[in-house]
Amino acid sequence: MGLDSLYKEVILDHYRNPRNRAELADVNRHADGNNPLCGDKISLDLTINGDIVAAISVQGHGCSISQASASLMSEAIKGKDLQEIARLRQLFSTMMTSDEAIVDPDRPGAVLGELEALAGVKAFPVRIKCASLPWATLDVALAGDAEPATTD
Amino acid sequence: MDVRRDFPILASNDMAFLDSAASSQKPEAVIAAMDTMLRSGYANVHRGAYRLSAEATDAYEAARAKVATFIGAASPREVIFTRGTTTALNMLAAKWGGDRLDPGDNIVLSVMEHHANLVPWQFLKGLELRFANLTDDYALDMNSLRNQVDERTRIISITGMSNVLGTITPIDQIRAVADTVGATVIVDGAQLVPHLPVDVQTLGADFLAFSAHKMLGPTGIGVLWGRMELLDEMEPFEGGGEMIDEVGLFESTWAPVPHKFEAGTPPIVEAIGLGAAVDYLTDLGMDAVRKHDTELTVYALEQLATVPHVTVYGPTDLNIRGGTISFTLGDIHPHDLSTILDENGVAVRAGHHCARPLMDHLGIPATARASFSVYSSSDEVDRLVAGLELAAKLFGIAN
Repeated sequence: MGLDSLYKEVILDHYRNPRNRAELADVNRHADGNNPLCGDKISLDLTINGDIVAAISVQGHGCSISQASASLMSEAIKGKDLQEIARLRQLFSTMMTSDEAIVDPDRPGAVLGELEALAGVKAFPVRIKCASLPWATLDVALAGDAEPATTD
Repeated sequence: MDVRRDFPILASNDMAFLDSAASSQKPEAVIAAMDTMLRSGYANVHRGAYRLSAEATDAYEAARAKVATFIGAASPREVIFTRGTTTALNMLAAKWGGDRLDPGDNIVLSVMEHHANLVPWQFLKGLELRFANLTDDYALDMNSLRNQVDERTRIISITGMSNVLGTITPIDQIRAVADTVGATVIVDGAQLVPHLPVDVQTLGADFLAFSAHKMLGPTGIGVLWGRMELLDEMEPFEGGGEMIDEVGLFESTWAPVPHKFEAGTPPIVEAIGLGAAVDYLTDLGMDAVRKHDTELTVYALEQLATVPHVTVYGPTDLNIRGGTISFTLGDIHPHDLSTILDENGVAVRAGHHCARPLMDHLGIPATARASFSVYSSSDEVDRLVAGLELAAKLFGIAN
């Protein structure tokens, strides 16, 4: 795995044109995440109706991996129910940290959709925390914890 | 400066190591001195009456004398071994600051201080922290400094050379401002001492703090130099062995300077390593070190200027600039840059460099930083530039 698999076009697109940046009117879950070591910051606002994440707003700044991951995550979970989000979160963690090959090279996107663009991060261990920060922040938002998230 | 062969790690690694401001590599002479000490000269110091301990004590004190000569101290007793620059500055904040100042007094720093010369002062309650600004060319703005100083200013504590911008500050001018109100001048010399000739007799500082590991020596040891009458006046920072004179159950008296500031078993082997590093730098000559840094900086700035979308943060005046270059490349985040450069065998630092307030001041979240030492070469600069060109291509900002 080389730099080309890390900085895919999808990543650069989500870095430069991050999705779901508009502020929400009705927010009932919020969390801040940051990696003090490298300065990546993510803030999430969620509108949850029943067990559906009806809307999400992402704020923050940092490297392309952290910001693209937040953007991709926001697209992946918007409109999904909490059970499906938990399943995606588990798959994403596995993709980042486990040797288990969950992505099917013959059917790109079949397992995790556009999130699979981040599969190349695994080859760069110091950057895994960048990709994981938005999901760690989402954990905090969904749990309603007050403590900021960090993946340092 | 042709010294790369003196550094074993550079021989065994095909890497452009451009992160010497974070920590420098070590020459064989330092490694060998520490190895020999551990193999044949080691015992605790200032304790045993046996020969090995006496010899270890002599070696430890000889290292202190080497450091004293290196910085022009009036006496080796003015050289206090600490854990590093950070500990030295914490000592000063607590013991030259904390106990001795009155509510409403103020301490003047600059906006480019490393966290080590900022956070210890934030610990002090009831005192006002003030900050001198930078000029448009990233020099310390002396007018701004003068405006911050008043009759309640007791301490001016400023970096001698910024670890982010490479800016070298005019300590003699700061001294003159301090003298108008009777303030003490503290210099964070972590970057200054490894890179420029320093003579404390003419520097203008009352206290100077620096670390061995940034000047070719080992981690775990640094120096607090102070004028003897001030060190005599200052209370000890830590209590324990070695720093005492008479000890009773309820009170004790202190050993004389420097031992009253060296509680507990000191970093003995590290002191020997620092002594060897000082010998090595003395052999090279600090004027030659400064010349080497400047020539490489000139070359690097010229080469970086050929890469589209590179922005350099630091003085254009080479007289006040050391061999530390912070930069950004287009909209590529420095962490991404660092990863791409690393894949191409170039090690740079990316981030806020322990100077978050400076990043806020510059209006950027982070920079990439290339920094030089005596072994750094123009080849390494070329590899940096090639890596940046590749990064620009990957991110589609090549032109």
